[in-house]
Amino acid sequence: MKREIKVALAGNPNSGKTTVFNNLTGSHQHVGNWPGVTVEKKEGKFTYQGTEVTVIDLPGTYSLSAYSLDERIARDFLLHETPDVVVVIIDASNLERNLYLLCHLLELGTNVVLDLNMMDVVENQGIKIDTSKLSRILNVPVIETVANKNEGMEGLKVAIVTAAENKRSPTFKIDYGKVIEEGITELSELLKDKALPRGYTLRWVAVKLLEADPEILENVESLPQAQQIQKAALECSARLERRLGYDLETALVERRYGLLEGLVRECTERHLGVERRHEISDQIDRVVTNKLLGIPIFLGLMWLSFQLVFTVGSPLAGLIDSFFGWLGDTTSGALEAIGSPGWFSSLLAEGVISGVGSVLVFLPNILLLFLIIAILEDSGYMARAAFVMDRIMHALGLHGKSFIPMILGFGCNIPGIMATRTLKSEKDRILTILVNPLMSCSARLPIYVLFAGTFFPERQGLVVFSLYLMGIVLAILVARLFKSIFFKHEVAPLIMELPPYRLPQARGVLIHMWERGSLFLKKAGTIIAGGVVLIWLLAYFPLHAEYASAQSLIGKLGSFVAPLLKPAGFGFPQAAVALIFGILAKEVVVGTLGTLYSAEGVALKAALLQHFTPLSAYAFMVMSLIYIPCLAAIATIKRETNWKWTGLAVGYSLILGWVVAVLIYQIGRLL
Amino acid sequence: MVRPGERVEIAEIRAGRGLSARLADMGFYPGVAIEVVSNFGRGPLIIAKSGIRLGLGFGIAHQIWVRTIQDKAGL
Repeated sequence: MKREIKVALAGNPNSGKTTVFNNLTGSHQHVGNWPGVTVEKKEGKFTYQGTEVTVIDLPGTYSLSAYSLDERIARDFLLHETPDVVVVIIDASNLERNLYLLCHLLELGTNVVLDLNMMDVVENQGIKIDTSKLSRILNVPVIETVANKNEGMEGLKVAIVTAAENKRSPTFKIDYGKVIEEGITELSELLKDKALPRGYTLRWVAVKLLEADPEILENVESLPQAQQIQKAALECSARLERRLGYDLETALVERRYGLLEGLVRECTERHLGVERRHEISDQIDRVVTNKLLGIPIFLGLMWLSFQLVFTVGSPLAGLIDSFFGWLGDTTSGALEAIGSPGWFSSLLAEGVISGVGSVLVFLPNILLLFLIIAILEDSGYMARAAFVMDRIMHALGLHGKSFIPMILGFGCNIPGIMATRTLKSEKDRILTILVNPLMSCSARLPIYVLFAGTFFPERQGLVVFSLYLMGIVLAILVARLFKSIFFKHEVAPLIMELPPYRLPQARGVLIHMWERGSLFLKKAGTIIAGGVVLIWLLAYFPLHAEYASAQSLIGKLGSFVAPLLKPAGFGFPQAAVALIFGILAKEVVVGTLGTLYSAEGVALKAALLQHFTPLSAYAFMVMSLIYIPCLAAIATIKRETNWKWTGLAVGYSLILGWVVAVLIYQIGRLL
Repeated sequence: MVRPGERVEIAEIRAGRGLSARLADMGFYPGVAIEVVSNFGRGPLIIAKSGIRLGLGFGIAHQIWVRTIQDKAGL
């Protein structure tokens, strides 16, 4: 019979947890949602000698006290779901702090396997870890791995399966010293026979009560004699503090770290005492996070990234463009040859192929953008960028960490909006969500590339850069405004770990890029293809009307909306229709124009040159940037917040988009 | 104000429970010796303890009190 077990991966952020997860489960993973919240839940499977192991990748966390939404998820899972085994993955080059989480799990009585990851770094630093001694003292299995080189995974699998069979509960205990231990015993006595929540040990609850952990206090409230327990806990803490002569929480933390420090000293041997990795890292940081240089360096890197996206991406885009041109011609030719009806060949060639083709052309640009974002993330620079921007973000009423969701928004607003869960304060989170759609996502890139390439071929990079910059500036202004209306509060302070700079691993970066890039492909195959077919239908009917002319359904719709857009310089039906259908997904704007002018590539550019001036083209790009979040983004905002904020996000962007586009066109005409 | 490169000891963290607990989870609590990697006044600044680099944003620096040898000073 096949055995099935459930394993959770826990660990500090930047411990290589996700890499271990990828190695263990390979392609057998899927991303779902945690019940009740929209945080991604990564689950995968592997089979080892007849045992089917389900692996759950928990969000990175420093301890079991929940600080942000995603840490709360990790905590709740560890406390309430009782997986068979918890693998604690730690950055072995940073043993002491990383063991702190393990310490909490052992106190909780969890069946743990300890994975010392990044062992290569440890060796390079001239440090030797006596693994068997560590295992003996802690009384847990200890495995060495180098996840980014896929080393040690077999050993880890064996350890997981064995640990699940043995079902050991840990024996390791932290000695908090005579005074505190007395308090723990006292509270444990009191808690005995009380129906504690499943999975909680007496000792653990007693310690947490002394720490005044808000969630445990809440848990206790549902017990009978809650008041008596709470009172006893308070009295006990006060008494212990008097005897210790200082803060009890600090004392508990100190004891744990003190113990870990001793443990680490006992189990490691330092040969050279070099800290090369950090020396180099610190030197880079002195430049990169410098007061004067930090922001210029950040802007320079962004500018360089966009240049790269265009200079490398555009020739590739040209190839795809010619391919779809050829495909369209061949298809309609072949269909005519076999005598299929004219409407069918029109649907396929002018509708689907030219619509989807005009969007897929931008795949190279989009993949490149995601590639660069992945490199910036994996190298460790992204954390510095948030740090450098903190002062500015603060002045704007946003949190420094809000910056990362904003940068992710350049790729796609949906992961951007979801990434706000790392923010501690709900108000900071909502504010960051509201302005995120102003971060110009990659779906808007096709519009810019098309229009900038047509009207500003010489200064394409600069024009596109200006749009991204405008998005940022508007986000800042809108945040400022909303902050003063809805969220008059102090911004939570920024504390974030800055991992040492790492050379990004090709495999990890490519997986990252593909995870996000494949979403774009999926969208091209579904929403966008469906959208362009719908547009084709509206352009083809009624039958007596000429394709996409003013008499067609779409022409009528466009003519109805167009007058509204006249002050912005693009008051003609095609532009109006493109914008309306752009709500499905911003890429559809290009697809629609492609379908309406039944042209793509060079032919589409020629068609645009007849209708737009450079000024109205710029206004149109600005409008596309701002006017509304796409359908998927609206749905995500709704899931992450509520209808009120979703309504606000849609409403303000419609108004703002129109106003800015009109201003640019009108002022531009005067110049 | 502590200059970059200087080593000091955390004396006291004058912040709410959540914040000081968070710092402790990350390895920083009273009594720990730290090095200041970079410091621009009211933040941001980077503090280091052996293998850990912590970025602290604008406005937190003055909540962490440090000791040089005997005297106290705001970071």
